[in-house]
Amino acid sequence: MGSYVPSTYVERKEMLKSINMSSFEELYSDVPKEMLLEGCFDGSPGDLGNKEQTAPGQGGHHRLDIPSGMSEMQVSRALRKMAGKNKLYRTILRGAGAYDHYIPAIVKSVPAKEEFLTAYTPYQAEMSQGVLQSIFEYQTMICELTGMDVSNASVYDGATATAEAAAMCRTRGRRVTLVSETVDPKVRDVLRTYAYASNDEVFVVPAKAGRTDAEALKSLLRENVASFIVQSPNFFGQIEDCEELGKITHDAGALYVMNCNPIALATLKTPAECGADVAVGEGQPLGLELGFGGPYLGYMASTTKLMRQLPGRIVGETTDSEGRRAYVLSLQAREQHIRREKAGSNICSNEALCALTASVYMAAMGSDGMREVADQCVSKAHFLANELAAIDGVKLAFPGEFFHEFVTVLPEGDGADVTGDVTPRVSAVLAALDEEGILGGLPVCVADGEGSCNGRKNAILWCATEKADRAELELTARIVREALS
Amino acid sequence: MNLIFEKSVEGRHCEMIGRCDVESYKLGDNLKRKAEPRLPRLSEVDVSRHYTELNKNVHGVNCGFYPLGSCTMKYNPRIDEETAGLEGFTHIHPLAPESGTGGCREVLDTAAKLLCEISGMDEMTFQPAAGAHGEFTGVLLIKQYHDSRGDKARTKIIVPDSAHGTNPATAAMCGYEVVNIKSAEDGCVDLEALKAALGPDTAGLMLTNPNTVGLFDRNILEITRLVHEAGGLCYYDGANLNAIMGIVRPGDMGFDCIHMNLHKTFATPHGGGGPGAGAVGCKEFLARFMPVSVLNMGNPSEGRVDVGPEGALMGNHSKGTIDAGPGEAAGGNIAVPGCGGFRVRSFSGNFLVVVKALTYILTLGREGIPEASMNAVLNANYLLGRLKGTYTPAYERTCMHEFVLCLEDVHHKTGVSALDVAKSLIDYGIHPPTMYFPMIVHEALMFEPTETESRETLDHAADVMIELRALADRDPEYMKAAPHKAQIGRPDEVKAARHPIVRFDFDTARGE
Repeated sequence: MGSYVPSTYVERKEMLKSINMSSFEELYSDVPKEMLLEGCFDGSPGDLGNKEQTAPGQGGHHRLDIPSGMSEMQVSRALRKMAGKNKLYRTILRGAGAYDHYIPAIVKSVPAKEEFLTAYTPYQAEMSQGVLQSIFEYQTMICELTGMDVSNASVYDGATATAEAAAMCRTRGRRVTLVSETVDPKVRDVLRTYAYASNDEVFVVPAKAGRTDAEALKSLLRENVASFIVQSPNFFGQIEDCEELGKITHDAGALYVMNCNPIALATLKTPAECGADVAVGEGQPLGLELGFGGPYLGYMASTTKLMRQLPGRIVGETTDSEGRRAYVLSLQAREQHIRREKAGSNICSNEALCALTASVYMAAMGSDGMREVADQCVSKAHFLANELAAIDGVKLAFPGEFFHEFVTVLPEGDGADVTGDVTPRVSAVLAALDEEGILGGLPVCVADGEGSCNGRKNAILWCATEKADRAELELTARIVREALS
Repeated sequence: MNLIFEKSVEGRHCEMIGRCDVESYKLGDNLKRKAEPRLPRLSEVDVSRHYTELNKNVHGVNCGFYPLGSCTMKYNPRIDEETAGLEGFTHIHPLAPESGTGGCREVLDTAAKLLCEISGMDEMTFQPAAGAHGEFTGVLLIKQYHDSRGDKARTKIIVPDSAHGTNPATAAMCGYEVVNIKSAEDGCVDLEALKAALGPDTAGLMLTNPNTVGLFDRNILEITRLVHEAGGLCYYDGANLNAIMGIVRPGDMGFDCIHMNLHKTFATPHGGGGPGAGAVGCKEFLARFMPVSVLNMGNPSEGRVDVGPEGALMGNHSKGTIDAGPGEAAGGNIAVPGCGGFRVRSFSGNFLVVVKALTYILTLGREGIPEASMNAVLNANYLLGRLKGTYTPAYERTCMHEFVLCLEDVHHKTGVSALDVAKSLIDYGIHPPTMYFPMIVHEALMFEPTETESRETLDHAADVMIELRALADRDPEYMKAAPHKAQIGRPDEVKAARHPIVRFDFDTARGE
């Protein structure tokens, strides 16, 4: 059995003696006997577990039913076995909120340093300038990427960042949130969950041809609307007309929130340039592993005007008594440990190590490196799109310009039985790719103009990053062509 | 030390990805950003040295004693990092087909089963990314429960005045009015105050046991019974689980839903402030209100969007109408996959953090789990025993895994405050305990040594604290100006709040 408790039997006996006890059971004298788990004190070495009168194994209503502990070697084997049951793909062409980018070695090694890894939140500034400065640098980098004035120290992920943005935009008179239909459905679910919590309303602005319908937005912007949220590039990879949407939103007196992929921001118009009041997004592409969904990173940045509405931690610069530059957690009057029920959000921590990882990524890549990554994503995705669109019957779902994701609609095929809710064509294509070690795009629905597609996914949302090499993209197109012929 | 931006040199760079092997495709200029982001230009050695320097100014659990009350800074096993770093876990896309993610599901299912058993719950979700996030999820279970019964009268959540700030903040975030009840003289829940606060408007109670002053509330069964009798539900804040795991279960105390902090009790590293994981568990009757996870759905419909005529998109809700929230009161079906589900984040949670926690739980096992708790409690009582003669404990009782000292008498006699004592500890390489929490104790210092500290470490810390008491009599001014040997002295926090500088100013570049 593995244990990380350093004290020996002799030491435990002596420590108990020093507090006038002779058994561990006495430490728990405040716990009603009927609640104790059966035999819970048996585990301690020798005779220290139970009080003299209590025989081992006696008492308690339930025995903890988990397996016996393991040595490090055994547990390593057990976890490796589980990891071995997952499929590792050679090439990943699926995005939809989690992106496969190249992670430089230094981006992995810096956050693995034991001090960064095991430190607590930097409440004692004198002892944690390293953490505080790294967060200050992260905040600066996010401001540079988004063009905004202020950034917080990060939140849990892009979806919760979006929900927190909606909350910070609400005022007494304006509480409704509008969100575009082209925002990632999972993000909208989280937004809706948070709105349910605070008894607020969320309206969806419909899309047209794969992008937000500006006319529909105009008609939904009433006086009670606090903010409009758009994602660009959107869930389908399409680049939205962000400046136009921002203007419409501001004309109606509401605030404008943009959710953007940070790699895309290396080259695309920034939220600041589009007039955003709040910029949020998923920071996973900045050097974080896919990791089956987490841990990820939510960034939040705003105009100076909204700084005090930002939730979460913010690191500020100041000086100490000797005039030396120093960093501290600042503007804490916004937060839960000061304001309790009056706080805007309950958020207590951030994703510090993930923010550090993202900072190292941005530092190692630099703006030239990040622009190169973004440009290659664009080129590779357009290359793949052309290769696929050249296949008979395959067409791009939407006409607009895209960043690194796009949707192709596949020909229906004979009305054969559907496997689950995916059409046979899509299934066949993805299965053929899977066999070659390629994770194809995500199955999605695109109707053929006759109304709903009845829940059947007949299209594929592809993603190509700088990691996909030409040979793999050509192979992908070849496999798709063969699967459809 | 200079900021990374101050080390930037035009022309320096790293060669990370190589040249593009397909024809370059250029997006229109009208789509491009005008100003380039001013990210630093550095070579790899510059990056390496910068972060090495920063790292030197960080105090990790590996550096020394870290007795932060309520945070459970126990040792983070190296093997947990290794298993969480396996490519078979890190390189898995969250939307990969089920056939290729059996290992991930096994991790989550196994961890869920073990944690349900340890906590006495029936269902578990790992979606929440942190304790506060878990609290939010748990209180939403309570909200959905009452909504599903059509009970609109339950608008209040009861919270003891000793509660961690996230408790009332969470309740407020969920649209509840917070009722603070004053703690009894002994630091525990005042039953009379509780009875007075309970009524048909009670949605629930949020509580931690042992409580925030490190005491086990003997009346816990009566407390949860009273709340249930009034028609409310009981939520357990698992921050203090390290005192009792494997000994007592929250589920047996009468709690209906709980959160646990995997980054506290289950040894995953704090990372300087995250990522953690706030696993949420519930009893069977609340299971249908749990977040919809990718795993629970028969056919994950991620990205399912119905597109209508002319490519117009429709979700499974009509255009421009109220997007109803989850929960049966809204008329929506909780189990609808994809759009319309109850989610607190995009995917299944901080999966790699769960891998670390699972590794730890499997290592400790049936014997090690209670052993950890018992020794956490022994260590705390031992340290308290050594300090009792010199300092005043806030409560004269056997403590659990943490204890609170009240330094009001020291402050009165010498002018040295709890803060001054805490800052003085820094000069000895010891991370200060939690200061000024909970608010029901004045000049509070809360110590939680955890089970992974040796007796020598505890003795040394006690010796230092005793020495500091003497120093407070001898030279209070010295302590009021502490720390003297750290990288910086006390920072001017007032200035930081009054004149916020929250990013580097490129225009007035300066170094030191």
